[in-house]
Amino acid sequence: MEVLVASAIGVLTAAGIYLVLRLRTFPVILGMSLLTYAVNVFLFASGRLTIGAPPILRDGVTTYTDPLPQALVLTAIVISFGMTAVVVMIGLGAFLGSDDDHVDDQPQGADAEQQS
Amino acid sequence: MSLFLIVALPFLGALLPGVMNPAGRSATAGVTFTITLAAFVGLLTNLPAVLNGEVVTNGINWMPVLGLNVTLMLDGLGFFFALLILGIGLLIIAYARQYLSRDDNMGEFFTYLLLFQGAMVGIVLSDNILLLLVFWELTSLSSFLLIGYWKHLPEGRQGARMALTVTGMGGLAMIGGMLILGQIAGSYDLSDILQNRDLIQASPLYVPALILILLGCFTKSAQFPFHFWLPHAMAAPTPVSAYLHSATMVKAGIFLMARLWPVLSGTPEWVMIVTTAGLITMVLGAVIALFKHDLKSLLAFSTVSHLGLITMLLGTGTSFGAMAAVFHILNHATFKAALFMSAGIVDHEAHTRDIRRLGGLRHLMPITFAIASLAALSMAGIPLLNGFLSKEMMLEEAHHTVLFGSHWLVPVMATVGSLFSAAYCFRFIGHTFLGPVRDDYPHTPHDPGAGMWLPPAILVTLVVLIGVAPFVAEPFVKLVTASLLGSAGEVPDAHIKIWHGLVPALYMSIVAVAGGLLMMLVFAPLSRLWESTPRPEAKVIFEAIINGAVRAARVVMHSLHNGSFTRYAMIAVVTVLAAGYHAWITGAVGVPTREMQAPGAVAIAGWAMLVAATLGIVFFHRNRLLALILMGIVGLMVSIAFVFFSAPDLAMTQFTVEAVTIILLLLALNFLPNRTPVESTTLRRFRDATVAIAGGLGSAALAWHYLLRDAVATPISEFHLANSYKGGGGTNVVNVILVDFRGFDTFGEIIVLSIAALLIYALTETLLDGPVRRRLLNRTPDQPQSGTRHPMMMVVLTRVIMPVVMMVGFYIFLRGHNEPGGGFIAGLIVSIGVVMQYMASGFSWTAARLKYPYHGVIGAGVLVAGFTGMGSWFLEKPFLTSDFTYVRIPPFEKFELATAALFDLGVFLAVVGAVMLSLESFSRLARRADMPDSDHPMDIDPSREKPSPDLRTPEPEAH
Repeated sequence: MEVLVASAIGVLTAAGIYLVLRLRTFPVILGMSLLTYAVNVFLFASGRLTIGAPPILRDGVTTYTDPLPQALVLTAIVISFGMTAVVVMIGLGAFLGSDDDHVDDQPQGADAEQQS
Repeated sequence: MSLFLIVALPFLGALLPGVMNPAGRSATAGVTFTITLAAFVGLLTNLPAVLNGEVVTNGINWMPVLGLNVTLMLDGLGFFFALLILGIGLLIIAYARQYLSRDDNMGEFFTYLLLFQGAMVGIVLSDNILLLLVFWELTSLSSFLLIGYWKHLPEGRQGARMALTVTGMGGLAMIGGMLILGQIAGSYDLSDILQNRDLIQASPLYVPALILILLGCFTKSAQFPFHFWLPHAMAAPTPVSAYLHSATMVKAGIFLMARLWPVLSGTPEWVMIVTTAGLITMVLGAVIALFKHDLKSLLAFSTVSHLGLITMLLGTGTSFGAMAAVFHILNHATFKAALFMSAGIVDHEAHTRDIRRLGGLRHLMPITFAIASLAALSMAGIPLLNGFLSKEMMLEEAHHTVLFGSHWLVPVMATVGSLFSAAYCFRFIGHTFLGPVRDDYPHTPHDPGAGMWLPPAILVTLVVLIGVAPFVAEPFVKLVTASLLGSAGEVPDAHIKIWHGLVPALYMSIVAVAGGLLMMLVFAPLSRLWESTPRPEAKVIFEAIINGAVRAARVVMHSLHNGSFTRYAMIAVVTVLAAGYHAWITGAVGVPTREMQAPGAVAIAGWAMLVAATLGIVFFHRNRLLALILMGIVGLMVSIAFVFFSAPDLAMTQFTVEAVTIILLLLALNFLPNRTPVESTTLRRFRDATVAIAGGLGSAALAWHYLLRDAVATPISEFHLANSYKGGGGTNVVNVILVDFRGFDTFGEIIVLSIAALLIYALTETLLDGPVRRRLLNRTPDQPQSGTRHPMMMVVLTRVIMPVVMMVGFYIFLRGHNEPGGGFIAGLIVSIGVVMQYMASGFSWTAARLKYPYHGVIGAGVLVAGFTGMGSWFLEKPFLTSDFTYVRIPPFEKFELATAALFDLGVFLAVVGAVMLSLESFSRLARRADMPDSDHPMDIDPSREKPSPDLRTPEPEAH
């Protein structure tokens, strides 16, 4: 089980990094979202993996999974939505303003070419 | 009056002139005058104590750990300077009322002036040297505002920038020096430092501290080689020049040298550095002043020269020198402020300050002539005026000073300086007021109203009074000198007298005055010689240095920060990888302590889907819609993983967030191109893939290693599990942590979320106001649009489902404390319900039915959460202390009431508001882009008699 989670984190991270290094805004946003998944799962996994023991107190049950990483990741998920939305808005604003969705500053010549 | 109040009055009062501005110029000046007068009177109430030789102190601890305390101290020296600052300040305010024209914003001027005044008073009354540094920087900043007050003048802006650069750099050096000094003495309080002369002078760090502190003093007091900024600061309005550059700010450096005189002076380093700098400044300033044609420039360089004189006197390190310095500070402040004000009057009346265009003004402006002449003669060192007395003392001290082993160097230089000083004073009088009346003044001058000449007249009265009857000032000068010297020296017995007998100083004085008169006779050829001599221009050098620094900074910055996000991302990833690798090879890993769990078929299937979808995104990311769909699968799989690993709350959150994220990205994709073109080379993709795989392997290895090991210390989660029900009243531990144990974190997080949403709203507003709006209006969709944008089935379904969604949200919210759910999840669910209405029935239809703006919902959420937290204050508990109780209202079952639920309500509202505001902002862009929304929820509605025309071919101009 641990192998699956660890490798999933690895795959998500690798895909995220690769996409973040792309040149257009949309793949970069996708990449950051993938990295968000990777980080959230990673943080969540810091409570170690427990199956079938949710942190809901029940009479007679003594084993529970670690609730603290869950609480931290819960807010992280919601906030990452906020941050994704801001980044998307910035990317969209840049595209609408210049008809160009490159993440990097373009040389002046290339810009003028696109404008014409 | 408390010292705190004296320092605070100008700062608090600085709020008033701006408010009084609409009430007229006199009211504005009046209120400023009253504030300064109050501080002045407050200072005088402490006079009896100071005369008794007491040191008045007020103090509170601010940051005792850092040694930074707000401790104020008033002794003779501080009183003397505060008296100058506030007393001359009063005259300046009265003068400025008349001087400033109707076009000048008087409220702004007086606000800056009061800020500056407060900062200056703060410097001279500080006991703590760190506090002193704070005020020191404040004077640099406020003088920047004052010098640049006439923003339309390029000279004003350049002068202000130069002054700020030079004094600011000096201030930086001084911070270092002061910190060293405090470290040596073991305290940052002056009262302690001043007792430790031997300790400080014996320290190996004495010389660095001395140099750094002197850098601060020299830059502030315009000592060579930092003298150049002061004349350029003359672009300021004349009241500023008179106040800052004669009486106060430039005296700050002098003040500090005097303040630290007991601990720093007397060493060979001190004598050499301070005396030399003072001497050079004195002579250089006097020589340049003689050849300046602008009245204010002449006075500015004369100020530089006189500051050099005072510095030199402090540098000799003898008690007599210190007393002469104190006396000259007093005299210089009186005659120089009067001279600046006179120059301002001439400028104001004749509309020029160029000496070459003036002359003969004594017939036209007799009062101004009398005031200016008396002040200038005092500066020249003519008997029966106060300047003579202190200049005699200076020459007497110079006569005894040995520098670089030479007995004659200092006396000769001092005489030369005095000679030039006398010469420029004579020139000031002769070329401005004497001579024939001309008929080509830019404006025919005459004496101004009393409001303008009275302030300098008061000062000149002092000049004459002290000059004729020096015994009036002597006790005060000796008192100040005593407090300057502290335990480091005895106040000299010498009396301040007009006639000392035939002493060398008198001969030197006679030489200086005679030489000055002689120089006036040959001024014309001298001036021509001066003009034809090449000499370095300080401003050019300064600007060359600044430009060089800017270029160097640009080279460094552009190579690191070239606008390429890709490069930053790459640098970040590689750095993290390198740091991780370093940690890996240098650290040790413990043995595994946990058993590996065998995966079931379901887990493997889920993993396979996750990995396949992720790889799919990478390989098909150029097809953006497909990538987005695959993204949804990844999110779904992550949610399922959360369920699987005992995290139902997380699963619900991830699932709902996934839905809104996809909607958001779809809204964005509506505008963005649908495909990503191939741009990067194969080599580049290979490089990126290598880095990415390395990163993936690293994070996988890290996760793998710690998943198999228990935490090294017992997690605090044990506490949460044990106290969740007993202390927090809930059985869902995750929710109790969110709203109770770590409620403060959650409070901060909903605020962050709210700010993000407001940021999106603000960006949208900016976009819609700018050129983007036109683009959006003219935009043609790049792909075919659906014929029926609001399909009937969807409209009906979303309407029917809306109450159900609300009910579910409500239920999830209520049960959150004990079962999976809570404010975050409920907020997301309700948001999805509302978003469905937007999607199905259209923007305007939905917007018209919304009662509350989303900003309001966000604000209400944050406020509800905040007030819930504050409620515990009334029970004298810390912020966000929770409480709960169980109540029973028949016929319902017993249920729980917890303050945490109220807090969760705040979370719920903030989440709903933030999510909706973000999505609404995106769809507002879309709404502007396309044709106006239909008023009806459905484009095709059988209940309407006439179906609306086909929207693919709208006829907006038909009616």
